[in-house]
Amino acid sequence: MERQGPLFSLFVHASALLLAVVILAPLVWLFVMSISPAADLSAKPLKWWPSDIDLSRYRTLLSAIENSTGAAFIASLFNSLKVAGMATLAAIVVAVPAAWAVSRTPAVSWSLYTVIATYMLPPVALAVPLYMGLAYFGLLNSVFGLALVYLTILAPFTTWLLKAGFDSIPREIESAAMIDGARLDQILRLLTLPLAAPVMATSALFAFLLAWDEFFYALLFTSDLRAKTLTVTIADLAGGRVSDYGLIATAGVLAALPPVLIGLVMQRALISGLTSGGVKG
Amino acid sequence: MSGTWISTRAWLLMLPLLAVMIAVIGWPLVDTVRLSFTDAKLVGTEGSFVGTENFTRMLTGSNFWRALVITTLFAIVSVAAEMVLGVLAALLLNQQFRGRTALRALMILPWALPTVVNATLWRLIYNPEYGSLNAALTQLGLLDSYRSWLGEPGSALIALIVADCWKNFPLVALIALAALQAVPRDITAASLVDGAGPFNRFRFVSMPYLAGPLLVALVLRTIEAFKVFDIIWVMTRGGPANSTRTLSILVYQEAFSFQRAGSGASLALIVTLLVTLLAVAYAALLRKAAGAA
Repeated sequence: MERQGPLFSLFVHASALLLAVVILAPLVWLFVMSISPAADLSAKPLKWWPSDIDLSRYRTLLSAIENSTGAAFIASLFNSLKVAGMATLAAIVVAVPAAWAVSRTPAVSWSLYTVIATYMLPPVALAVPLYMGLAYFGLLNSVFGLALVYLTILAPFTTWLLKAGFDSIPREIESAAMIDGARLDQILRLLTLPLAAPVMATSALFAFLLAWDEFFYALLFTSDLRAKTLTVTIADLAGGRVSDYGLIATAGVLAALPPVLIGLVMQRALISGLTSGGVKG
Repeated sequence: MSGTWISTRAWLLMLPLLAVMIAVIGWPLVDTVRLSFTDAKLVGTEGSFVGTENFTRMLTGSNFWRALVITTLFAIVSVAAEMVLGVLAALLLNQQFRGRTALRALMILPWALPTVVNATLWRLIYNPEYGSLNAALTQLGLLDSYRSWLGEPGSALIALIVADCWKNFPLVALIALAALQAVPRDITAASLVDGAGPFNRFRFVSMPYLAGPLLVALVLRTIEAFKVFDIIWVMTRGGPANSTRTLSILVYQEAFSFQRAGSGASLALIVTLLVTLLAVAYAALLRKAAGAA
């Protein structure tokens, strides 16, 4: 590669340091707020490092004493898990056969593009009828209702990623097996689906993250502990009259932990998914 | 096997997906169109047909136009900043330096942080009494007295854009970096031998590889930015004095805060139309770029 002068090298290192600080400073501060005593956070001048480490908010949020902030937080944590889990599972179940069919039968691919085009729709375009429909079926403020609504986002998205995945599995493998006398269901079960397992896992993970992140529909369609998700609970905390900012920060740290860990561990798969197929906004 | 059987089989396999899509997207979209011509309330009254009254009221009122300007401003400024910062970060990450792998791993963090947590975090940073931005600027001597960054119409939108950029520019950087790494080594080497300077190398060697992926990122980010709701709702709820009320926030207020389902639906349709126009214009742009390449 290029010979680098010492000045250029200094410039690169300085810029890298700046970039690292820009990325890390807000995140570190979120964590510092979560472990600082309340007095430190309202001190002037502000204390940038906690005088002593205070883990009481983690205990508060993760203790299930009835009617406490913790109980509400844990309930919404489980609601988020349930909604994201159910929506992801349902999306994969409908997306796998559709994605395979489109991948192997280009003649019907226009229908997939129609489905993907809906991904561009602003959620407000569907919100009012969805609200009325859920109300009609008694599914407002229900994890099932919200999971169903999340299919509007997850189903097109996973179908798109899976189709790209099936495209990369040569169809010659399938025709060879067919010539050898295998039935279609055997080919899919024993050959194609195992080969597509990594793509299916990545798609499921992406879908789960999308659902975990979702806020707009959750805000509209849930109202109490029975269905409120983590994002709504955190927005409530942030917008409410909570005087301890450390508590809000702690809720943020806990909600961010699963996606951040997934992001770090799955980095390679996520980046190739981001650059090849869909891009999450 | 015959062609008809294969396409029948394909349709059968697509049936579950299509059924779900019709139930949760197709029908609601059609119903939004129906509602937009009625004076229905969100709960209670079915509403009766009022023709295009909702549309004329929305398009002649000042709320819609003001929200359109704010949305456009938010989308253009934040996406432009994300593109520039993203490409600069990618060019940096494409250099050799110690800690490069670690820094690249860090870039995934803002993207992975849930939008609502990001909004909450920046809301705390901008806090008028105890926020770290006020503290840092005062302690550095850059600010005389604490400011209410999100509480003043002059600074709220910019503060939101900064928070949005911080979360989204690393994604652009990762996409651009992947594109840069696809540039063959020998082309870079040849351009060096030919004596090309850094600017010309970027313009003629890297840019052809960057253009496609960046254009796709630009399209998707612009459409996302145009639909923005979450970050604004959590940080300002469209305030102060409606200075950050984007189109999505306006639809929310009309349909859900004021429970006017009919006029809310008409507004939602106008927004949908604008997003569709944006998408169609971009699709044409992409096709032209693909043709030129």
